[in-house]
Amino acid sequence: MTSNIKLPNYHGARWDEPVVMEMGVPGRRGAVFPAPAPAVAAAVGDAASLVPASMRRQDRPALPEMTEPDVLRHYLHLSQMVLGMMGISLFGTCTMKYNPRLNEWLQMRPELAELHPLQDESTMQGMLEIVHGLDLILRELSGMDQFVFQAAGGADAAYTQTCVTRGYFAARGELEQRNEIITTIQAHPCNPATAATAGFKVITLPLEENGYPSIEALKAALSPRTAALMTNNPDDMGIYNPQIREWVRLVHEAGGLAFYDHANFNGVMSKIRARDLGFDACMFMLHKTFGGAKGGGGPATGAYGCTAALAPFLPGPVVVKDGAGYRLDRNRPQSVGKVREFLGNLQVVLKAYSWCRAMGAEGIAEASDLSVLANNYMDKKLGQIRGLVRSHPKNTAHRMEMTRWGMGPLKEETGVNIFDVQNRMTDFGVDAFWLSHDPWVVPEPFTPEAGELWSKEDIDTWIAVIQRISDEAYSTPELVKNAPHKAAIAKLAPENLDDPAVWATTWRAYQRKRKGKAAA
Amino acid sequence: MQKRRLGVIVNPIAGMGGRVGLTGTVGRETLARARALGAAPVAPARAARAFALLRPLAETVELLAPPGTMGAELLRAVGLAVREVGRDPAADTSPEHTREAAEWMQRLGAELLLFAGGDGTARDILGVIGGRVPMLGIPTGVKMHSAVFAASPDAAGEVACAWFAPGGARIGLREAEVMDLDEEAIRAGRVSARLFGHAQVPHLPRLVQNAKAGPRPDDEAEIAALAGRLAAGMAPGRLYLLGPGTSTRRIAERLTLPKTLLGVDAILDRRLLAADLNENALLALLDEAPRPVTLIVGVTGGQGFLFGRGNQQLSPPVLRRIGRENIIVMAGAGKLGALDPPWLRADTGDPETDRWLSGYRRVETGPDRSMIMRLVA
Amino acid sequence: MRGNAPGAHPYMANALPETKQAMLAEIGARSIEELFHQIPADHRFRGELKLPAAMRSEAELKRHLLGLLRRNRSCEENLSFLGAGCWQHHVPAIVDEIAGRSEFLTSVWGTSSSDHGRNQAWFEFTSQLAELVRMDFVGLPVYSWGCAAGHALRMASRLNGRREVLVPRATCPERLSVIRNYCEPEQMESHIKVTLVDYQPGNGRLDLADLKRKLGPDIAAVYIEVPGYLGTIESQGAEIARMARAAGAEMIVGVDPISLGVLAAPADYGADIVVGTTQTLGIHMFAGGGLGGFIASRDEDRYAREYPTLNVSITSSVKGEPAFGLSLLHQSSYGLRDKGKDWTGNSTYLWAIASAVYMSALGPAGFREVGELILAQSHFAAKRIASVPGLSVAWPGGFFKEFVVRFDGTGKSVAAINRALAAKGIFGGKDLSAEFPELGQSALYCVTEIHSAEDIERLVGALAEVVRP
Repeated sequence: MTSNIKLPNYHGARWDEPVVMEMGVPGRRGAVFPAPAPAVAAAVGDAASLVPASMRRQDRPALPEMTEPDVLRHYLHLSQMVLGMMGISLFGTCTMKYNPRLNEWLQMRPELAELHPLQDESTMQGMLEIVHGLDLILRELSGMDQFVFQAAGGADAAYTQTCVTRGYFAARGELEQRNEIITTIQAHPCNPATAATAGFKVITLPLEENGYPSIEALKAALSPRTAALMTNNPDDMGIYNPQIREWVRLVHEAGGLAFYDHANFNGVMSKIRARDLGFDACMFMLHKTFGGAKGGGGPATGAYGCTAALAPFLPGPVVVKDGAGYRLDRNRPQSVGKVREFLGNLQVVLKAYSWCRAMGAEGIAEASDLSVLANNYMDKKLGQIRGLVRSHPKNTAHRMEMTRWGMGPLKEETGVNIFDVQNRMTDFGVDAFWLSHDPWVVPEPFTPEAGELWSKEDIDTWIAVIQRISDEAYSTPELVKNAPHKAAIAKLAPENLDDPAVWATTWRAYQRKRKGKAAA
Repeated sequence: MQKRRLGVIVNPIAGMGGRVGLTGTVGRETLARARALGAAPVAPARAARAFALLRPLAETVELLAPPGTMGAELLRAVGLAVREVGRDPAADTSPEHTREAAEWMQRLGAELLLFAGGDGTARDILGVIGGRVPMLGIPTGVKMHSAVFAASPDAAGEVACAWFAPGGARIGLREAEVMDLDEEAIRAGRVSARLFGHAQVPHLPRLVQNAKAGPRPDDEAEIAALAGRLAAGMAPGRLYLLGPGTSTRRIAERLTLPKTLLGVDAILDRRLLAADLNENALLALLDEAPRPVTLIVGVTGGQGFLFGRGNQQLSPPVLRRIGRENIIVMAGAGKLGALDPPWLRADTGDPETDRWLSGYRRVETGPDRSMIMRLVA
Repeated sequence: MRGNAPGAHPYMANALPETKQAMLAEIGARSIEELFHQIPADHRFRGELKLPAAMRSEAELKRHLLGLLRRNRSCEENLSFLGAGCWQHHVPAIVDEIAGRSEFLTSVWGTSSSDHGRNQAWFEFTSQLAELVRMDFVGLPVYSWGCAAGHALRMASRLNGRREVLVPRATCPERLSVIRNYCEPEQMESHIKVTLVDYQPGNGRLDLADLKRKLGPDIAAVYIEVPGYLGTIESQGAEIARMARAAGAEMIVGVDPISLGVLAAPADYGADIVVGTTQTLGIHMFAGGGLGGFIASRDEDRYAREYPTLNVSITSSVKGEPAFGLSLLHQSSYGLRDKGKDWTGNSTYLWAIASAVYMSALGPAGFREVGELILAQSHFAAKRIASVPGLSVAWPGGFFKEFVVRFDGTGKSVAAINRALAAKGIFGGKDLSAEFPELGQSALYCVTEIHSAEDIERLVGALAEVVRP
């Protein structure tokens, strides 16, 4: 395939910025605070004396001493050395969306930023209405009966599921018996991980040839010990498990609960509803599918929704409509308590609510259409690039909103590996793509996802970059292996950061280990 | 200071039979047939891929290799200096050449033996070096039942490089089965394989991110913990049979009992009742023992065999007496994940028994962790 | 196609029919519907989604959302003395500027080559926090203080194999509920028992006799907080650490790091693991959405191998530039799934950057100043409040920014008093009456650097008015 797309002649900012711990001059000041007012000082005396002697800080923490503008410029320099969707980012499994800046502006309004979670309900009516409004929207999209937003991320929502599962079976006196959770090898790692953390035994189902586990494997796993099934659908391969209804039926027949990790909701929103398929609970990621900014990994929200049967066990309080107003229902004797303090990341709830209002039912359906259209368009084009293979090649069906691909042949034939390709991508101002969650069932995996945001021109450019890198791998592999050449820094030196003698997660440790200086 | 040493052995004819429908190339007749069928050497090209990745070691590591096609030629072709050991095999290489080279390398203090070949080559080398010198296979052979091979030639090169990298001391070693397949018998339609022994294989986990992650806590820790759990849970008065392999040996270790690595041992009330039982002894024991009994087995080699490779004493009559539901299978999640296709296999010699064993079953991968695996006949 | 025609949503470039057609042609499909053929017909939802109509216009959407938000009454337009797990502090403008930068805001889990600057900012977060707590190993952030405490207790249990932990009875109920969830209900085989240690009624500090009774060979960890939930500065840290160590237990200390310019670093009185909030380091309250947490410890292999967090390490590029990579990734749930250390995922990473800016802006002098200002003002407020007839402060000395005000002498309930204060534009302290009945009608008041002496006098005047018989 030849490409006539003009590739970006990009060059990243290189500020050669020192670590902040090395910056500043003793005596310089950034933020200053006033001395206590005379009346205050007169009443309480020397502030330091108010601390019990044994608990007074003796040393000065070794923080940088910088002026306010120097701090600002330092972090601006760092921000300029982050691609962060400034170019094109088709970072799969994360559903890169436009994050409307209106919502960022709204979040900073004092009516939200300066709201305390323990304020009286009467002073938070607007926020509670937004929470309830999103609850209703998500109910409609899923068929569930109640949503809560306490979970501070998708994994935390999976953990919420394990807590609700414990509460539900404890109330029935079955928790000691039902101590197994079934998941699949392609479910997001947070599912088996939270199940294990919650104290359940974890049974994993592997994939079969067609790309999803067989129903016989599920049957072999089910028993009177089954507490729940936790699964994604479609998975990160872009394959939809057409037997999922039957799965849920079998889980219910065994007495277990079925949880739908809707991490990959973008392609199926408006097309299917978790409750219609029989699921007892599901989770949406507001920082992905619903337009919240990711912030490099949160603050985020895993919206957890369930049926009326499970609702009494939800972490509380729950926002309810009460006549014309809204209140927090704290009288929930069967609640599992808290998975995180307070009501959740309500600024993310606001953003999701705003996104839903901007999109409407028609817009949401359109976004789902476009994300699947874009992915299959990409599939077609990627299939023409040398060295690439689509996961589960025998499953030739159109995929959902993303497809797992592999560069196994490229690696085999040129020695260029997937990390090299990631690095080389950034030379074009394109964010390195996502590879795959563990385990890698496809060699040298990568997972692009265009969603509804990226234009056909963006996608064409992105494909052209991959095409170029493939060409380079076959013609001038060293160019790719030594990439990046035009990014903020060169590639990492091959140091073993799992070696205690080498790793340094703080400047203190670094000083001690590398510079031979004892930490202050 | 003396340089560290890496031994390299190439079996240039390995893999020739595969593309012409032969199993293995051991034996001159087979080799001649392979050549007659138009087979060309594939091992050298694949080995060269791995060798090219050894270039960063040129300054710090001395490479030892047999002359000619068994190593030196290929290494020089990618620009590496070689110290030749052993005889020049000239036209025809043989297992003797391999063994002699391995012997030299061991004597010269090689820290790792990197070889290109198949199961036969692995067996020849292990026969000389045992578990004393770590070895690693570049996959080139037709059938690779042994678990000493890297996933690809590049992976082999990367691991070897990492082994000698400064600060690479945290690379793990795992015990890997080397299978002894009687290839004449296979070609004659009879399956005859047994576990030949265990090699020490360096183990570098793949890099999850270019954050340069190091070795991951691999399957071994989980299997050791599982073994502890199984040992602690042994019911009094119940007979436990431990199949061959390193996984089940961990259970015996927990009970501070010896374990026949290649055999089946019987444990009753946390004591060794009998060791290295053959089929008849097992049947006799099963006649006497109170039911039910428990059989604990591992998964053998790189092909997912549960029965029929290295544990033929667990014959169809033995298995039937134990009962399908009384068999516990233990294997690391990494090992299971590496199976392609993701199946366990049984090849007991009796198709009926194989069918009886087949279906989906739970494999314990760690304490409170399991996978459901499909067992195919 | 005109810009305002149906289909041309401002967030979706490919909504134009021509674009769709071109893409379908490339795929070789006749319709978009055809692309969904993986989903069986009987799975499909064919009804109509009953959602509110779309507001594509930003102007319209802004009007709607501002209208909703304006129904809130903020701590900016009111005078608030609420704390109890989420606190109002000054946020320097440059913190908001940096946290709002699009590059940071819209970045995602990225590689070193994509996101070098962000990885460096993360490292500057852990490095500066490390100076405050005087610990050499700091993980990337977790969801909250409660979640950090929960993880730390589980780390301790894995370290020594014990299955019971000691936690102060005077712990924030929100936090305690999270901790209990992390330690699992007793029906679970791997349950960690949470046992509460009482406080001394006279000064609010930990009751060492009760601690001694409960410490034993089954105790995995002793957890304390400085300052404690009820505001007091635990001054027996060194003794508690000594007792914990003697019993073979890990010593875990929860801190509010804004206090660490004036309060001793936890490492100095024997902490093994330190946890705490990050919200006070430059993050707005966001009705609780500003919460974040951290875990720190000595840089020892045994601790490091139990972290559930992602960890960023300084390293170098092949050209010798300072660079940043992830360390110990394999032990996380991303690496080992069900066999990983607890779990991790999206957390509060943007707030980590904001906190890094905050710590750089304050520097050592700023932390001392803000700490001293808070100490002075909170003690001033406590004195002035105690001067109101009928009011008393439970423990009038030895606290940081929060203190317990008792209203029993007024004959009125805290609920009634807070209602009356609200009418005057004041949010009174958190009502403790149900949580700590032994303190009677009492409330937890929080005073920080955002308050002025006049604000405190206004509160005192209002209190005097509303409690007047």
